[in-house]
Amino acid sequence: METSRDAHALAHQEPAAPKIRITGVSKAYGVNTVLKNVDLSLAENSFTCLLGPSGCGKSTLLSMIGGFARPSKGSVIVDGSVISEPSADRGVVFQEYGLFPWRTALDNVAFGPMLAGRSRVEQVATAQRYLAMVNLAGHENKYPSDLSGGMKQRVAIARALANEPSILLMDEPFGALDAQTREILQEELLRICEQKKMTVVFVTHSISESIFLADQIVVMATRPGGVKEVIDVGLPFPRDRASHEFVALEKRIKQSVREEVDKLGII
Amino acid sequence: MVPELPQATPVAEPTSTRDGIPGVYRAFSIALFVLLWHVISVANRDLVHFFDPILIPGPVEVYQAGIEFSKSGQLQRDIIATVYRVVAGFGLAALTGLLVGVAVATWRPLAVLFEPVIELLRSIPPLAFLPMMVLWFGIGEASKIAFIAYAAFFPMFITTLEGVKFVDPVLVRAAASLGAKPMHILRYVVLPAALPGIITGLRLALSLSFFVIVAAEFVAADSGLGFMINDARTFFLMPQMLLGAIVTGIIGFLFNELFRLLEARLFRWRKGGRT
Repeated sequence: METSRDAHALAHQEPAAPKIRITGVSKAYGVNTVLKNVDLSLAENSFTCLLGPSGCGKSTLLSMIGGFARPSKGSVIVDGSVISEPSADRGVVFQEYGLFPWRTALDNVAFGPMLAGRSRVEQVATAQRYLAMVNLAGHENKYPSDLSGGMKQRVAIARALANEPSILLMDEPFGALDAQTREILQEELLRICEQKKMTVVFVTHSISESIFLADQIVVMATRPGGVKEVIDVGLPFPRDRASHEFVALEKRIKQSVREEVDKLGII
Repeated sequence: MVPELPQATPVAEPTSTRDGIPGVYRAFSIALFVLLWHVISVANRDLVHFFDPILIPGPVEVYQAGIEFSKSGQLQRDIIATVYRVVAGFGLAALTGLLVGVAVATWRPLAVLFEPVIELLRSIPPLAFLPMMVLWFGIGEASKIAFIAYAAFFPMFITTLEGVKFVDPVLVRAAASLGAKPMHILRYVVLPAALPGIITGLRLALSLSFFVIVAAEFVAADSGLGFMINDARTFFLMPQMLLGAIVTGIIGFLFNELFRLLEARLFRWRKGGRT
């Protein structure tokens, strides 16, 4: 076990308190233990991928950081305080998009600013700015049913960003998209993360996706779910999926994940 | 270019081509039916003599009855009486069905308390309670309005309940992560998501209202289209009976069309299918 208890601090930063600290978190539904004793620290403005096969509890962990579920034991601490409910400071992007079908793309993005009590003019301006950021300028008045999967997810990302959250939680956001769209959105996500300083937690079961995006990869264990190892990727951006280092890391993580899949028995 | 305000482009719902049948064919189908009715009525009267001609009036006789009744003003009085009762009873049912439906769907203790009782009452045909309602509320307006309200409450309640219960949980989570508090979630997520179901409930409740008002006016009324039909029965006035039935049908149809327009207006976002 190489579980790092220290914050993965960026080189130019002092070892400050971690943005998100998960201490001794377990989650059980009845007799079924989904997560056992998870300890994890995520530095401010870092990009972390939670990687693992289905059933490792990665989505459960994300929903606890989101405040949708509470740990059975332990606590999730953000900016020094224990979280107990969702907050506009923690944006969430879902695999199923979660767009309001009765609101246009613009009104979906304006939803957060509207709840925050901004004037209509500000709402519209903010929504237009973020739709432009995800390259959807000109699609403001379309309803979700008129958009492709990739465009829907762009709207969902813009909607989460419009609240200017300090944390962005993404639950297999590109899982339902085709391979090409997926790669384009990965690149755009990295571009957005450069522009906006955010702490990103990204759940995926794609090894390649996690190496392409993350500062650190948390490989999840199964039976019971938990943290197996934390890997600092350390490759410079933009990353080349065909490079020797990329492929070598991919191979090493594949081995690690495979062990956990094998624990599940025949699947 | 980016438009300034998010006004969606209205998409005209093809109201005249419901189920893809153009309006011309609809009119033709109805005209053919009326013609057939006329032929049967005339053939029975002049050729076959199978029934007493009094029992099978044709469209012409019904039309004449309509003219006669509207000249005396009685038709208008009966229409107003019936529509007033339906609107009042239906309005009451829509409001209480909506409120109770939302409350029961969102607050578990209420569901435990009320759902079994409502399920039980729902399985009793409302007409079974009509004589009792007449005894309780008399033969005035109150008994009819209460009876419609009672009958129409159930479809309204059930569709609202289902609509609210089966809101996509991802939408609720998404709203919460964007800063929505429970009241926001009810207003901006649950109600819009349940609205299609609620509108269906309104339509069901309305057609049930017309269904039961005619029966109620048979039993206890001195005005209204149901009374007009039942009154005519006593005197063997077949054209008058059919007139009452047809007028009730037309009014029900018009109300339903009104709801279809409302639906088309509210659910522009559904045009490309559901998300």
